[in-house]
Amino acid sequence: MAAPLCVEVEFGGGAELLFDGVKKHQVTLSGQEGPWDIRNLLVWIKKNLLKERPELFIQGDSVRPGILVLINDSDWELLGELDYQLQDQDSILFISTLHGG
Amino acid sequence: MCQASEDYAEPVREDPPPVPRPGREQKCVKCAEGLPVVVIRAGDAFCRDCFKAFYVHKFRAMLGKNRLIFPGEKVLLAWSGGLSSSSMVWQVLEGLSQDSAKRLRFVPGIIYVDEGAACGQSPEDRAKTLAEVKLVLQSTGLPWHVVTLEEVFGLSPSVLRCAAQEPAGTEEAYKAAVDSFLQKQHVLEAEGSSSVAQGSEQLCSPPSQDPPGMAGSPTATQTEALSRLFNSVKTLTAKEELLQTLRTHLILHVARTHGYCKVMTGESCTRLAIKLMTNLALGRGAFLAWDTGFSDERHGDVVLVRPMRDHTLKEVAFYNRLFAVPSVFTPAIDTKAPEKASIHRLMEAFILKLQTQFPSTVSTVYRTSEKLVKAPREGCADGPRCLLCMCVLDIDAVDSATAFGAQTSSHLSQMLPVEAGLPTPSCCGAGEGQAQRCCRAVCGKEDMQAFVQEQLCYGCRVNMKDLSSLDPLPPYILAEAQLRTQRYWYLLFQEYLIQDSDEEEETGQS
Repeated sequence: MAAPLCVEVEFGGGAELLFDGVKKHQVTLSGQEGPWDIRNLLVWIKKNLLKERPELFIQGDSVRPGILVLINDSDWELLGELDYQLQDQDSILFISTLHGG
Repeated sequence: MCQASEDYAEPVREDPPPVPRPGREQKCVKCAEGLPVVVIRAGDAFCRDCFKAFYVHKFRAMLGKNRLIFPGEKVLLAWSGGLSSSSMVWQVLEGLSQDSAKRLRFVPGIIYVDEGAACGQSPEDRAKTLAEVKLVLQSTGLPWHVVTLEEVFGLSPSVLRCAAQEPAGTEEAYKAAVDSFLQKQHVLEAEGSSSVAQGSEQLCSPPSQDPPGMAGSPTATQTEALSRLFNSVKTLTAKEELLQTLRTHLILHVARTHGYCKVMTGESCTRLAIKLMTNLALGRGAFLAWDTGFSDERHGDVVLVRPMRDHTLKEVAFYNRLFAVPSVFTPAIDTKAPEKASIHRLMEAFILKLQTQFPSTVSTVYRTSEKLVKAPREGCADGPRCLLCMCVLDIDAVDSATAFGAQTSSHLSQMLPVEAGLPTPSCCGAGEGQAQRCCRAVCGKEDMQAFVQEQLCYGCRVNMKDLSSLDPLPPYILAEAQLRTQRYWYLLFQEYLIQDSDEEEETGQS
């Protein structure tokens, strides 16, 4: 049973185009039975925040290759990637590296 | 990956063995004390300070290893607003502000090309982006140039001519140049701090606008002409290639006008790996060494340099985030395009997807590109160059074995009967104007298209096929094509003239 959480979700590098151009989102995740990890967060983002073209952001279970994920300014690879358990006031940043040069 | 026993009807998904992942408990692999924040390559966790040192060192090492940029040279930084080029500009700025032993010794300027018209941006969006761009440019303190892509309609055909190539500096020449530069610096410092202040003021001169000759903002007709050009291209692949070609010509023109002899572009390791594979698919395999190498000297007097080619996109994105490097997001021609929209997108998706499962993909392709050698074909070292990409042509005009060779030679044989009906040599020998008139009589519209095709390399020919007609192209391309054709016929006539006069002399003497 996961308690409700408040996290900040940010998009950069062009990924914000898929979210109406809004870069920072304060997100309140309601309590639920399963844990709140990145995997579930992605599902939540797809359902509630993503405005268009989900295939440009999410591929299968995870983010599309080329999109970096930083949790509290640290590489998500150090924290378990999709299995990282979210904590209150965490800051999750998705940077698209595919755009521009 | 491909096994003989693989059943294609029902693919069995076998996940590769998971790459061992470093955890948070690990310490930085370099200093063994800091808390790691980023994972580079496959499993090397770096702390913030070690990452910064690693990143900066790679940039300086890339410049130092290839001793191409001499002290005091003017270098133009091509900035697109994106992550990699912003990082490159930032590295140059930091390099300029270090103490004299480690300071970067060249004189930079920045150029930004506004491609909004080609991407279908509205004038309001373009103005907004431009305002953000100018803010960033002004904060750098370097001389900057903002040009719009519409200015290609005002270029002269001379931009397509390869200027005389300066001999590459030798190792001794480089060392001598560095020594003399350092000596001059010592003298300046000895003379007093006022001179040094003067020197540094010169470097941070107030940002300069383009000279009054270049239009500040494009006219509506030019914007419309550019939109018409890009709308007439049938495929996204050809559009991206055309955009790149026009952008290169424009940057070349600005570099030549303002005396820059080097241009730095911010292509990262990942981008170059994708570019290498894409160019193979586009038919530009002969020019991979120039398209993806550190230096590209095909234009002669202006050399393109790629100092970011050792940095992966992940490293660039992390660095920019951790150290607050400003960048401006501008939508490009392939924004939000689906995966199979163009060869570029397809190859990008392929490489990046492969990279997630096999983390050495990008570096392997990159290492392969380092081994490519720029060797001219036998007997063609100084041959004709492609009209658009300015590489030495990779097609034999008279090689009937290849499909293109057959096409070219059959066309030329069609032209010969027409040539017999041309006016007497005296008309063409009278000067360029006369030659132009009778050549125009010879060249109909379809012939012009064929003549342009013959002056292109294989890759550019394939792209040109996706253009419905040559009319929307900027005038300098067609003008240069026509000039080259005239030169070809003129030389041909010259041969006949010399032969005739030799015969007359012989008959006269006998």
